[in-house]
Amino acid sequence: MRLATAANEAYTASLAVSELLGCKQCGGSRGQDEELGIRIPRPLGQGPSRFIPEKEILQVGSEDAQMHTLFADSFAALGRLDNITLVMVFHPQYLESFLKTQHYLLQMDGPLPLHYRHYIGIMAAARHQCSYLVNLHVNDFLHVGGDPKWLNGLENAPQKLQNLGELNKVLAHRPWLITKEHIEGLLKAEEHSWSLAELVHAVVLLTHYHSLASFTFGCGISPEIHCDGGHTFRPPSVSNYCICDITNGNHSMDEMQVNSAGNVSVSDSFFEVEALMEKMKQLQECREEEEASQEEMASRFEIEKRESMFVFSSDDDEVTPARDVSRHFEDTSYGYKDFSRHGMHVPTFRVQDYCWEDHGYSLVNRLYPDVGQLIDEKFHIAYNLTYNTMAMHKDVDTSMLRRAIWNYIHCMFGIRYDDYDYGEINQLLDRSFKVYIKTVVCTPEKVTKRMYDSFWRQFKHSEKVHVNLLLIEARMQAELLYALRAITRYMT
Amino acid sequence: MEKMSRVTTALSGSVLTGRTMHCHLDAPANAISVCRDAAQVVVAGRSIFKIYAIEEEQFVEKLNLRVGRKPSLNLSCADVVWHQMDENLLATAATNGVVVTWNLGRPSRNKQDQLFTEHKRTVNKVCFHPTEAHVLLSGSQDGFMKCFDLRRKDSVSTFSGQSESVRDVQFSIRDYFTFASTFENGNVQLWDIRRPDRCERMFTAHNGPVFCCDWHPEDRGWLATGGRDKMVKVWDMATHRAKEVHCVQTIASVARVKWRPECRHHLATCSMMVDHNVYVWDVRRPFVPAAMFEEHRDVTTGIAWRHPHDPSFLLSGSKDSTLCQHLFRDASQPVERANPEGLCYGLFGDLAFAAKESLVATESGRKPYAGDRRHPIFFKRKLDPAEPFAGLASSALNVFEIEPGSGSMSWFVDTAERYALAGRPLAELCDHNAKVARELGRNQVAQTWTMLRIIYCSPGLVPTTNLNHSVGKGSSCGLPLMNSFNLKDMAPGLGSETRLDRSKGDTRSDTVLLDSSATLITNEDNEETEGSDVPTDYLLGDVEGEDDELYLLDPEHAHSEEPEYVLPQEAFPLRHEIVDTPPGPEHLQDKADSPHVSGSEADAASLVPVDSSFSLISVSHALCDSRLPPDFFSALVCDMLRFYAEQGDVQMAVSVLIVLGERVRKDIDEQTQEHWYTSYIDLLQRFCLWNVSNQVVKLSTSRAISCLNQASTTLHVNCSHCKRPMSSRGWVCDRCRRCASMCAVCHHVVKGLFVWCQGCSHGGHLQHIMKWLEGSSHCPAGCGHLCEYS
Repeated sequence: MRLATAANEAYTASLAVSELLGCKQCGGSRGQDEELGIRIPRPLGQGPSRFIPEKEILQVGSEDAQMHTLFADSFAALGRLDNITLVMVFHPQYLESFLKTQHYLLQMDGPLPLHYRHYIGIMAAARHQCSYLVNLHVNDFLHVGGDPKWLNGLENAPQKLQNLGELNKVLAHRPWLITKEHIEGLLKAEEHSWSLAELVHAVVLLTHYHSLASFTFGCGISPEIHCDGGHTFRPPSVSNYCICDITNGNHSMDEMQVNSAGNVSVSDSFFEVEALMEKMKQLQECREEEEASQEEMASRFEIEKRESMFVFSSDDDEVTPARDVSRHFEDTSYGYKDFSRHGMHVPTFRVQDYCWEDHGYSLVNRLYPDVGQLIDEKFHIAYNLTYNTMAMHKDVDTSMLRRAIWNYIHCMFGIRYDDYDYGEINQLLDRSFKVYIKTVVCTPEKVTKRMYDSFWRQFKHSEKVHVNLLLIEARMQAELLYALRAITRYMT
Repeated sequence: MEKMSRVTTALSGSVLTGRTMHCHLDAPANAISVCRDAAQVVVAGRSIFKIYAIEEEQFVEKLNLRVGRKPSLNLSCADVVWHQMDENLLATAATNGVVVTWNLGRPSRNKQDQLFTEHKRTVNKVCFHPTEAHVLLSGSQDGFMKCFDLRRKDSVSTFSGQSESVRDVQFSIRDYFTFASTFENGNVQLWDIRRPDRCERMFTAHNGPVFCCDWHPEDRGWLATGGRDKMVKVWDMATHRAKEVHCVQTIASVARVKWRPECRHHLATCSMMVDHNVYVWDVRRPFVPAAMFEEHRDVTTGIAWRHPHDPSFLLSGSKDSTLCQHLFRDASQPVERANPEGLCYGLFGDLAFAAKESLVATESGRKPYAGDRRHPIFFKRKLDPAEPFAGLASSALNVFEIEPGSGSMSWFVDTAERYALAGRPLAELCDHNAKVARELGRNQVAQTWTMLRIIYCSPGLVPTTNLNHSVGKGSSCGLPLMNSFNLKDMAPGLGSETRLDRSKGDTRSDTVLLDSSATLITNEDNEETEGSDVPTDYLLGDVEGEDDELYLLDPEHAHSEEPEYVLPQEAFPLRHEIVDTPPGPEHLQDKADSPHVSGSEADAASLVPVDSSFSLISVSHALCDSRLPPDFFSALVCDMLRFYAEQGDVQMAVSVLIVLGERVRKDIDEQTQEHWYTSYIDLLQRFCLWNVSNQVVKLSTSRAISCLNQASTTLHVNCSHCKRPMSSRGWVCDRCRRCASMCAVCHHVVKGLFVWCQGCSHGGHLQHIMKWLEGSSHCPAGCGHLCEYS
């Protein structure tokens, strides 16, 4: 069967290949075919990511055996080698787990029909106006026999999926507001009701795609060539159009220049790394010595939580969502931003009372067997992934830094670890980094190349991708925790 | 040891009394622990830390240890333990990583004694040494275990698990220096308290975190562990390698496990999520809990036996903010409610069935013939007086043997293989199928096909002679009158879902049981069937349900048997109305053949078939004249299909459905069709008729069915060199980097169908090999083997 599908997907495959070829000779002439009268699409982007120079990214063909297997698996499962895969392959260990999970969620046995899964993916990605993921899944949705009418908006989908819209909205922007009433509303809706297993599947899909949207924006993934915005039929003569122009308009030519300007301060950023390492060392040493009082610890968490609300980039300009995407959501106004302006209070969620390892896992695995295991592995790999390097330094224990990032994200969602001193976050994460984290996690559609470039300037791109992996997994876990806690409360 | 025994003697004097009771706490509990005097219990949680006195009728709050105005994380307890030697000494593990000891003997309100802030992460568990007064052990999320001497300000030694978080630590009760620790990655480690450098032993106990462990109070080597994988395992550590001696599968991840005092094989468990009950298991009976306490409304977080030598009092704390004392005698015992039954097929189709004696007894009491024919063998297990188990009941075993030759389904297989379902004009299909049915001696089915042809094809094409012939043949070798033999000769249909068959199942199994001569069977069958209308069943459809023995002893179904007998009768009058129309005669004939229904004897029956054959011809002529549109009959045809399906012959129903296609499909609702299709496909697959089943799937118009052959189409292959599964691609092995299957003819990799000789195991592309073997009989690889292609 795999053989047969391979044949089916020859079309996409050829596109993917041509895309790769096209990347290398972007701007080069490919006009010789024109005499045949065929319009040949030309890639617009410069490689898989807009933020990472193409030469930094692994070229297909030069990968090692492990990566090659991964690519082959990915190709076999999806019938394409998408840009997300090409960027994630910086961390093959994680990529493997990621692909396995995604494959299981979308294609293997599960309570939801295939077209529902893709549609939920579209719904989730659309919350963040992530046209990349939406386009990808619109294709898949149609491929598995979904009704094209549904794509005209959520109101055209079955009532059952419409009911999920509210959960999607809350989950994406204010997961702490999920109550068991939300769950009850979905499970007890007469003929449109969800079963518990279906709901867990849907929740996992929603959280997966919310965080994947974060990754897409966080790493500036370029559109696929066969999707809107990924190609042009314009002759290559107009040289400047190489830089792809997608929906968000976040990146533009001037940002490229900003970047080059930013590179001037190389020496500054060098000290940045040194300072960070110094701080980590200090924290390691003095931890035993000074012990903050309980109230101090509690207030540190509160401060961090409150501050995280205000950490926002200054350029808060209104983003006009792309037309094709906007149809999927009812009110664009409902976002994370709203509440930060009004300074809404986020209740504290104690991780010691409801954690993924003990509670979340058990619930998911009970209702949607095997997925708990897969997600658990993915969290684990993401959290523990390290190469013991920091920028140009080797043999560094980065666990402290990784924990700070992870806990900072959970802190933004009001999730508190009793055994963590939130003062560390302030020491280790500087403001530009916090801005980036905050934007990627909460309003990914606003990430700009400038943000990406301005944090951790001396660090490698692979390390920045690593940070993104931490961000998306922490975000996914946070959303899952809230959703699963509500389900647990409903069940008891 | 000496101290231990003193404790025992000191307590054996007083007898514990109490009742099942509970009290409301102010906040969810995380853990509980009992004082050694068995009269007090401490409850700890995120915002609760209290001591309750256990009195005869109720819990009385004795002391609140949460003092001070400021909430402190040091008081947010993940675990609590009461020293088993010293009534005044308690220890708690805080979620922020602090280990606190409490001295109840302090005169001030604040009983906090010492504070150890050495762990960096949440401390999951604390444990006092069972006999040493000052030794405390803690296990934390940071992967370290620390041993504290309470006379000193800091830890004596630190043990590194070299892995992630420690979930539980427990001192061995018997070995002074040994303690066990369990880890989030599924490992269990055994340590010697004197050797902090490395563990004595390590093994993987569970898949996923091991949440808890408990040493057996009497048996030196036994350690029970409970994990997220929903298992409780009992390990024998006395041997060189830790050996799993028992395994209990629960329904949710196991949060706590505690051996029951004085009962060697009992342990109590509670779960982390979803399931709120406390169970007591006999590890030798791992499927049904021995006792179950259902008081809690939210997950139980802490359990403790009230006294180390009293097996009847269990205390539990829960997230629902209650503290409970459970009395064993008040526990619900699932064993009592369960109806243990076992069913197994033998190699030659024999069926053994065991059930609780009481169930069988009631059944046989109601049906007098059942008792003596089933050769029941009764097993009685001698009750062990030491066992508190009352649930062990005696059971009856029935064995149903199958007569040689009966139960053959060859007609089904033949029919399935030879029927033509598509690809030819309707008339031809019907003729072909009728012929197939007739050759297999299924005349009724053959008639049906013929009649379908008459109904749906233009009548002029049917030569009268042909019809005549078929009918004549049908009536002459029609259904035999010796119905008792018939009963056995006729093959039963597997998996028929009609409930009607249940009654037949009863009688059939009775008949089959007897291994006496055929005549005896005849007699008995006649007696047997006299009163019931079973014969109508098997004469109308020559298929019987075999799976229905399953229901045999089900009391509920047994009661509802009466009304169900009515169903075939309902069906029968319906057919009566059709008597005037073409399908009629065969039913007339049926009726005549069945002496019990008609109430007449064989002489009457012998006359009727002749009539019917004439009547058919005349009617078909009438049909030709009136030229009724086929639609006129569709209701009847649908009835006919339903009738076949109800008789258990889904094969006929589905075949007709496919052959007639659009003509009848709209008259039968989607779900019924789907149901028929799935039943038939299931049957076909049991007989390994993959090709036929696939054809049926393909020809089906129901969406749910036609997508069947698109699901789970993955084929897993192993590499022929290294025998490992080839995960990524089917033709190149990742490990040995070799192409697995080369074509012996063209020497290219075979990526699709690979055919090989079973003699020399050379092979290649199907096309190539076929071509090659047309010209040569030798193996294309040149090995000299004479390959055969069939």
